[in-house]
Formats: sequence, C-alpha cells, structure tokens
Amino acid sequence: MNFITVFRKEMLEQGRTYRFLIVAAVFVAFGLSSPALAKFTPELLKAIPGVPGGIQAFFPTPTVADAVGQYIKNMSQFGVLLALLMTMGVVVQEKERGTAAFFLTRPVSRTTFLLAKFASMTVAFVVSLAVAALGCWYYTYILFEPIAWGPFLALNGLMLVVFLVYMALSLLGSTIARSNGIAVGLAFLSLIVIGGIGALPTIGDYFPGRLFSWGASLVLKGTDTAWPALWISLGIILAALLAACLVFRRQEV
Amino acid sequence: MSTVHVENMTKHYGAVHALDGLDLDVAAGTVYGFLGPNGAGKTTTLRILTGLARPTSGKAQVAGVDVLRAGNALPRKIGHLPEEPAFYTWMTPLEFLDYLGRLYGLSTSARKSRSKELLALVRMEDVSKRRIGGFSRGMRQRLGVAAALIHHPEVLFLDEPASALDPAGRKEVLDLIENLRGQATVVMSTHILADVERVCDVVGIIAKGKMLVQSPRETLLERYAVPAFEVEADDRPALANWGESLKRLPWVTSVTSQNGTLRILVKDVKTAKAALLVGAVGAGLVLNRYEEIRPSLEDVFLQLVGSESIS
Repeated sequence: MNFITVFRKEMLEQGRTYRFLIVAAVFVAFGLSSPALAKFTPELLKAIPGVPGGIQAFFPTPTVADAVGQYIKNMSQFGVLLALLMTMGVVVQEKERGTAAFFLTRPVSRTTFLLAKFASMTVAFVVSLAVAALGCWYYTYILFEPIAWGPFLALNGLMLVVFLVYMALSLLGSTIARSNGIAVGLAFLSLIVIGGIGALPTIGDYFPGRLFSWGASLVLKGTDTAWPALWISLGIILAALLAACLVFRRQEV
Repeated sequence: MSTVHVENMTKHYGAVHALDGLDLDVAAGTVYGFLGPNGAGKTTTLRILTGLARPTSGKAQVAGVDVLRAGNALPRKIGHLPEEPAFYTWMTPLEFLDYLGRLYGLSTSARKSRSKELLALVRMEDVSKRRIGGFSRGMRQRLGVAAALIHHPEVLFLDEPASALDPAGRKEVLDLIENLRGQATVVMSTHILADVERVCDVVGIIAKGKMLVQSPRETLLERYAVPAFEVEADDRPALANWGESLKRLPWVTSVTSQNGTLRILVKDVKTAKAALLVGAVGAGLVLNRYEEIRPSLEDVFLQLVGSESIS
C-alpha cells in the first residue's frame, strides 16, 4: 500500500539531506582513485629521493590485478562502513523524533515504511556503485588495459550483495533499537559477527566476505566460486528484512 | 450511536497500569474534552485509538472500525494530532500536505485545492514554500492540524493541542477546533480546563486510568455546581470584616478574600441571594461588583480528581 509514494519521499529525502550525494561521492572517489593508486604508488615510491637504485628493481610493475585488488580493498572497507552508517539511524531516528508515530496513523503499513527505506538505500548504492564501477573501468582501461565487462559487472554485483547484507542487518538493528546509541551498537555488532566469523577458515567460505574474493577471481580469470556464500548472503538479507518487518509490526512507536 | 466506543480497556506497562478498565463513549459530531491530570492515561488512550499502541485487554471501536483488527481501515477514518507533531524538516508545508494527500489517494487537483484550503484555514499561506525546519512550535501545531484534516476524517484525535502554545497560538488553535464543530467528531485530550470549557460540548474526566465521569459540559457543571458569589469593594478592611461575619452564618460554606474581592461559597442559593446584598449594604460597603458565579469546570475537576493530582 502506497509503496511508490513512500519510496518517492525516501528518494527525495536522500537528495535533500545529501545522503545520496555522500554515498555517491565516496564510491566515485574510490572508483576513480583505485586504478590510479595501483598505477602510481610504485612510481611515487621510486621517486623518493635517496632510494638506492638496486631497491627500485624490487618494486613490481603494476598490473590490472593491482588495480582490481585496490578497488575491492577500498570498496570492501568503505562500502561496508557506508552501508552501516547510512542505514543505522533511518528507523530509530524517526521513532525518536516522532515522525514514525505521525505517519503510522496514515494509510502507510509498517512493512511499506521499512521496505521503502531499504529500497531507496538500495537504489542509492546501486547508482553510486554503477558510477564508481564505470570510473574504475575507464581508468583501468586508460592506465592498464580493458577489463572484460561481464566479470567486472559480476564483481560489482557481488559487492552490492555484501553491502545489502550489512544494510539489511543495520536496518533490523535500527528497527529493534529504542535509541540511536543502541542502533549504532547493533550495526557494529553485525559487522563484528559477520566480519569476524567470515575471517575464520572453512566456515568463512560461507559468509558474505567471501564474495569479494570470488569477484576478484572472476575478473582475473580464476576458477574460484563461492555459491554457498551468495545464497547465504541473500538468505541473510531476506531474513533480516523479514525480522525487521515482524518486529516493527508488533512494536509500539 | 457512539462514534468512539471504549469498553473496559486496560493497558499495563509492567507494574504500571496506565489504563485500568477505561470506558468511553463519544457521540457523532461532538467536540469531546478528554480531561485529566498529567499521567492519567489520556495519551495512552489516544495512542490505542489511533492504532499506535495495543491495549492489554478491552474493546475499542472508532467510526465503526474495531481498532484491534483495523488494518488499513482505521487511518482513513481518523485524523491525529500528537502532542508534539513531528515533520520532515526538509519539506515545505505545501510539499508535506501534498505527500499526505498522495497517501490518502487524492487526485492531483484535489491535493492542490485541499492543501491551499487548509493552509488558508491555519493561516500559513505566506510560509507555504518555506522549509518546516525553521518553524516555531505554534506554526508546527497549526500545520499539524492541517495535516490531520487533509482527508476530511470522520474522527479527529487531538492530544494536548494547545498546551505548549503562547496565548495567541492557543487562541488560534482553539478557534480552529471550534470551527470543526459539525464537520467531524473531535476528541481533544488536555489538562487545561479553560480550553475544555471554551470548546467542548461533552467532557470526560479521567484519573489513574479510569473514567471518573463523562457528561455534557452543562450537565456536569449543574451536577457538580458549587454555588458561589463574588463581592468586590474598594474599602478592603470593611470588606474583610464583613467576610468574617459571613463565615458564622449557617448557609455559608466558606469565604475567601483576594485583592478586594470576597468569594463566598454557599449551601443555600435562595437564602444567599436574599441576604447577601442586604448584608453588604448593612455593613456600609459601597460595592463595585456583586455577581453570582457560575461554577467553573475547575471546581468540578477539583471535586472529582483532587487538587493534589493537578500538576
């Protein structure tokens, strides 16, 4: 009910409050700078005065793999952080300010209220990531060589899934929480749990973080796959959204 | 036929019983004053009736809709103004009302004309394109009233609509409520007795989660009337002496003096009417004012709730 109307309001809010701009700016900055950093970091190191000539030979010649690696490294850190930061307050702040109570006496279902927020954040991340990917691809093409479009698209798709995992968990935390502080705590708890377990051997193969290395392998023509991690990630997203809707439906605001 | 009907409703927050078997009935077209001291359960009742909270037990119907099983039917029947209406501060009043109009499924032309009409009603046409973020409390309250009316609701719930406003803002909001008489059933919670006296036809007095009394205002005033007279004179010592002598009379309940005015509560109005003026003249007083006081809602409220409950 009224999903489109609420979604449009959410998109407008993202524009007016500069949330969309912040996500886009961070993503685009890292999209453009990653290939450049990969290309010029060894050059810059070589240019440091006093570096003996023999040492310079140890600096490897940068390749496409370095550019892609740099891109994934930046995105995996700052993309996840942005996913948490941009979502952790979206529900709890409305509860604290009273706007949630004011709007939930209107013909807006609580499910619509939550899903419109998630959908608008997803759009912001998709658009920002698309522009960042385009920038990264172009700079990699200029500075190194072209990357195959298909695998590069798949890499970005997999990264998006990881961001959505953290967004969905952060939204759940924001729905459960009664105060902003608790929402922040729950968001970072999800990062510690998912990131921590994902770093463990064997079990980590089933966690969202594994999707980054699968994406890298796709671009660098590797044979590595991580389908279980993808299904589990999609499952986490759905479960977190479902839980958030169920919690919010029973919650007094 | 009641437009709002609440039966034996309870709401417990742990050991705290916010509502304790509340019964409430509001007839269609009434401006109903829901009166009670702070913490009496007024806001909890309104939150349940607007679907924001669930009762622990009991029944509630609003405009023929069962509140506990309302789904999407309830929001279309009601308008709600919370005590502190909250808005998206980045919106303008025009955008805000347009957004609400969309939620209620109004057409583009209907949204445009209704927004214009409501902004005129709450006297906000000149700020219709300014961001809400910079608005004063009074402006937000007026915009809240406009927002509550966007879809011509059958029942309007107003939670302390004028409590935090300055006298001018209060007058504006109360005028607005008065103008709604006949257009919608209004349930207005407040702890300000003067507001209820001014705009409400029917009064319900709640304390500690229970309805103490609900009745048309005039009936209530008659039933709980405390007959009183006020006498004002310039000669204060003589007035005070006469007041002391009145206290000894059997038909006088009490005499209080303040700023050259005696307030005399009596047991027998007829005897008082016959004796007071004669007595004042006999005491050599030159009167500035002699008035039979109509008992106020405050008198009724104090009798029912007790002065210690008023905060």
